[in-house]
Amino acid sequence: MNISRNWLKEFVDIEASDREYAEIMTVAGQKVETTTRLDGVIKNVKVGKVLSIVRHPNSDHMWICQIDVGEAEPVQIVTGAQNVRQGDLVPAALHNSWLAGGVHITKGKLRGEVSNGMLCSIQELGLTHNDFPEACEDGIWILNDEGCAVGQDINEVIGNDDSIVEFEITNNRPDCYSLIGLARETAAAFNVPLKLHEPAVKGGGPGELIELLDVETPDPDLCLRYTARMVRNVKIGPSPKWMRQRLRAAGIRPINNIVDITNYVMVEYGQPMHAFDYRYVKGGKIIVRRAGADAELTTLDGNVRKLTPDMLVIADETRPVGLAGVMGGENSEIAADTADVVFESANFDGTSIRKTALALGMRTEASAKFEKNIDPMLTLPAVNRACELVELLGAGEVLDGVIDVINYVPEPFALPLEPERINALLGTGIPEADMIEYLRREQVPVVDGMIQVPSWRPDLRRMADIAEEVARFYGYNEIPTTLMRGATTRGGYSPAQKLENKAGAAARALGCSEIITYSFVSPSGLDMIRAPKDDPRRNQIKLLNPLGEDSSVMRTTGLPSMLDILARNWAYHNKAARLYELAKIYLPTAGSELPEEPKLLMLGCYGPGESFYVLKGMVEGILSQLNVLPSRFEAVTDDPSYHPGRCAALYVGGKRIGVLGQIHPLAARNYGMDCEVYCAELNFTELLTVLAPEKTFRALPRFPATTRDLAVVCREEIPVGALEETITKAAGKLLKEIRLFDVYRGAGILPGTKSAAFSLVFRAEDRTLADTDVEPAMDKVLKALEAEHGAVRR
Amino acid sequence: MREQLEQIKAKAMQALQEAKESSELEALRVSLLGKKGELTGVLKMMGKLSAEERPVMGQLANNVRAAIEARLEQRKAELAAAALEAKLKAEALDVTVPGEAPALGHKHPMYIALDEVKEIAIGMGFQILEGPEVELADYNFTKLNTEEGHPARDWSDTFYIKEDSSVLLRTQTSPMQIRAMEAIGHPPIRILAPGRVYRKDEVDATHSPMFHQIEGLVIDKGITMADLKGTLETFVKGLYGEDSVVRFRPHHFPFTEPSCELDVQCFKCKGAGCPTCKGEGWIELLGAGMVHPKVLEGCGIDPNVYSGFAFGIGLERMAMRRFQISDLRLIFENDVRFLRQF
Repeated sequence: MNISRNWLKEFVDIEASDREYAEIMTVAGQKVETTTRLDGVIKNVKVGKVLSIVRHPNSDHMWICQIDVGEAEPVQIVTGAQNVRQGDLVPAALHNSWLAGGVHITKGKLRGEVSNGMLCSIQELGLTHNDFPEACEDGIWILNDEGCAVGQDINEVIGNDDSIVEFEITNNRPDCYSLIGLARETAAAFNVPLKLHEPAVKGGGPGELIELLDVETPDPDLCLRYTARMVRNVKIGPSPKWMRQRLRAAGIRPINNIVDITNYVMVEYGQPMHAFDYRYVKGGKIIVRRAGADAELTTLDGNVRKLTPDMLVIADETRPVGLAGVMGGENSEIAADTADVVFESANFDGTSIRKTALALGMRTEASAKFEKNIDPMLTLPAVNRACELVELLGAGEVLDGVIDVINYVPEPFALPLEPERINALLGTGIPEADMIEYLRREQVPVVDGMIQVPSWRPDLRRMADIAEEVARFYGYNEIPTTLMRGATTRGGYSPAQKLENKAGAAARALGCSEIITYSFVSPSGLDMIRAPKDDPRRNQIKLLNPLGEDSSVMRTTGLPSMLDILARNWAYHNKAARLYELAKIYLPTAGSELPEEPKLLMLGCYGPGESFYVLKGMVEGILSQLNVLPSRFEAVTDDPSYHPGRCAALYVGGKRIGVLGQIHPLAARNYGMDCEVYCAELNFTELLTVLAPEKTFRALPRFPATTRDLAVVCREEIPVGALEETITKAAGKLLKEIRLFDVYRGAGILPGTKSAAFSLVFRAEDRTLADTDVEPAMDKVLKALEAEHGAVRR
Repeated sequence: MREQLEQIKAKAMQALQEAKESSELEALRVSLLGKKGELTGVLKMMGKLSAEERPVMGQLANNVRAAIEARLEQRKAELAAAALEAKLKAEALDVTVPGEAPALGHKHPMYIALDEVKEIAIGMGFQILEGPEVELADYNFTKLNTEEGHPARDWSDTFYIKEDSSVLLRTQTSPMQIRAMEAIGHPPIRILAPGRVYRKDEVDATHSPMFHQIEGLVIDKGITMADLKGTLETFVKGLYGEDSVVRFRPHHFPFTEPSCELDVQCFKCKGAGCPTCKGEGWIELLGAGMVHPKVLEGCGIDPNVYSGFAFGIGLERMAMRRFQISDLRLIFENDVRFLRQF
């Protein structure tokens, strides 16, 4: 909501700089977003008098003028305009002046003649013909009738000696979408009187209103109130300069006196109004109804609007003539020859207006106000104010009487003032008398301890609402600052959150950087990772109104998100990337309205040195930090997202927790990557169910260990894990540690076989081991390896 | 014999002085003092001496031996010191060559900023809570005093999952207020609920359809607006320093009353007005207020007995300001060159 400080003066007298005004209003609850001086654009343009005008010697269309701008010497300015006469007053842009649109004027020579500036048209001063209808359309603006003096700053002539204050109005205060509403707030904030004016209409125009006009409201749920008056023998013309100036300051283009009056009242009262040309209201009947079967309406702006049956329209006996609360119809528009006018001042259901405006993509000043649910009590004073202005401007004859269809008016509402409870809520000790005074400033009277809530303040319903009013004028910043008392609470992380923090720290220690990806993804991501058509992950939650296909489903896997980011880094020519994300997936759950939202830990990397084993090592590192039950990896050859020979499933405590491996080259290619890409997807929520018992201290070994190295040759396809398992089982409890230190293929052993070398550490808790302790264990190991895998010592 | 001994000593001293390696010293030790060494050779002739001469010569021989041994040890130490010095010199490194530690990963700047908030909250007894992102309209709106027909519920603003508008992607972390009250049941309640939220905004330098909020909620007997101010000031001072200046101003949220917004004085211009604060001298930080009695009632908490406050912080804006990140898109782009900076 933008207001003019000059216009505001009509209602409230305050002495404050723009900055002070903004600061005081903001801390009192009406936040000022911006303040703009209107004279900040046009600079160094003065009213000049044309002392003489002679033909330019070298041009057949230019003139050389001597202009008196109130300085000791006249200024010579060359102009190409043809409407300037000796003795005229004109806007003279002097050397080093600024015009609308940032145009900078300096002195120069025009065909050999010095010109110390420029004479201006209204366009060059940022105005339109609507602002100054009497100004010449295509020439210099002649100021003879503007009542200005030689040397005067042109901003004063235009009415630019004003500041426009832009307020952010909150939803609960529709009354503040009006000049009077903000004047009321200003008066309260500055504790000065509010000067309100009761509209007075003389009336007496020819005819009987009730014979001329009838209003029906068959849809009272959408039309809460409809108030109308009539004006006859209207003389359409421009409105006076003061009115045009104020409208322009409010950002509204002047049109003609009748339309300007409706806009003027809308700014003042916050009540949108409409003026119909009576001759087009067929049957003298206004029917406010749902559009029903009417399919379209051409609005004032010339656009044909498609109606839906529930939209509220203003109709005459035969057809819609306006879109209620949004815009009038072209078919009943005020024209130059309009003789009789109906002023509509109505109150429509806010939600209905908002939906109509939204559906038609035409949010207007009027609809923006209606959608906030404005005070139904405004319609009558507003229509009277419009009629008063008609009489003031001599624009027509107002008929006596008002048509006022009232389907809803708010009940008078009162609530007790409860000073103790208010102070208890605020943590203050404000005396009751002060509270009553704050409310009085806001035009909210307190009578016998009861707060009489005015109709424009439907937001005041409970003690807490009153507490806010009191706090606003007591000053939010005057309320003390204290720390909470009462029962202490044990703050902190849940066990799951602690584990998440640990996992993140472990991932970072392993060189992975954290990423944040969108929860909604493209459904085609599953195709990109080559998921089969019947993959259960294709059962995704769909957004019914997504921004686009790319963000239309909630992800059921983190793999496409991770690959997107890896691919982006690859495309940016980043040589390597190691990333992790701990975030949710969203799994539809039968029988529940809301999905399950388990957390995933995703790892992803590419770059020099990355390999399956590096990735596996990272996963193992994280698992060891998290202290989970023993884990094992099993080859997976049929996950289409992964390399069939470089993929493993992770089992922890017997539960399948995730999968890791090299991304299938075809999947990587789908993301534009032709390098080896590695990813791991771990179900973090599931991991929380396989935690190992808390770690406790074990005594350090007191006796030395005996180490034996063992290299065995076996067939290529036997996994090292299987050999390890056999060795561990066969060696018995003296074996404390087994570590693979080499796998060899090539010269010296048969093709199709490999040699795996292990280091075995034996130790007893109660003695130093002798060869006689270890040898039998080694024998058992060798026998078992041969029996189970055909593996022999190398 | 005396001359012989003197001669051996002089020669030995000379040789020891000239020795350049510890191996030479060892060879000298053997040749002088060893079983077949010169000195030993001379001592073997002791038997031929007279009884008077023997102790004198013995004494002399021992002195010579001791002198040689002492000198030998001294030279050994000298050579070792020299060798160490040479070794250290040879081992000298260019300390300006970059370090070789394995590269550590980096936490996302958003979560670095979030951790700072969490830490302050935990210190004040807040529990960290998480909840569903696919949420019931009931929790996201209705129970937060946001009735049917409210513009925030429009399909142009909120992502919906169900045709009847009953399930949606939460547009704020405020439904966690309701969930906390329902889950914890009875006051005292002190929770901080950070998380992802979703609104139908196209991506640009300051908007993203997915972003993060941090919700705070305190419910107990006798909680006042003064407590809200004190708590939020503690947060701000923890985040922006003890000397930060804050301002509270009235605002409106459907689920708090009285409501406020908190501004912190622009740390660049100290309130004078500059481009960072768009000339206002203040930077908007968060929204807050006393929990609306209707919200308490809806959760079965008697507003005549209990009161509370809630606040909500936009994490992206906070993190962007904290790290002077100019474009929101960088946050979700996850370029490693960006991530490595934090």
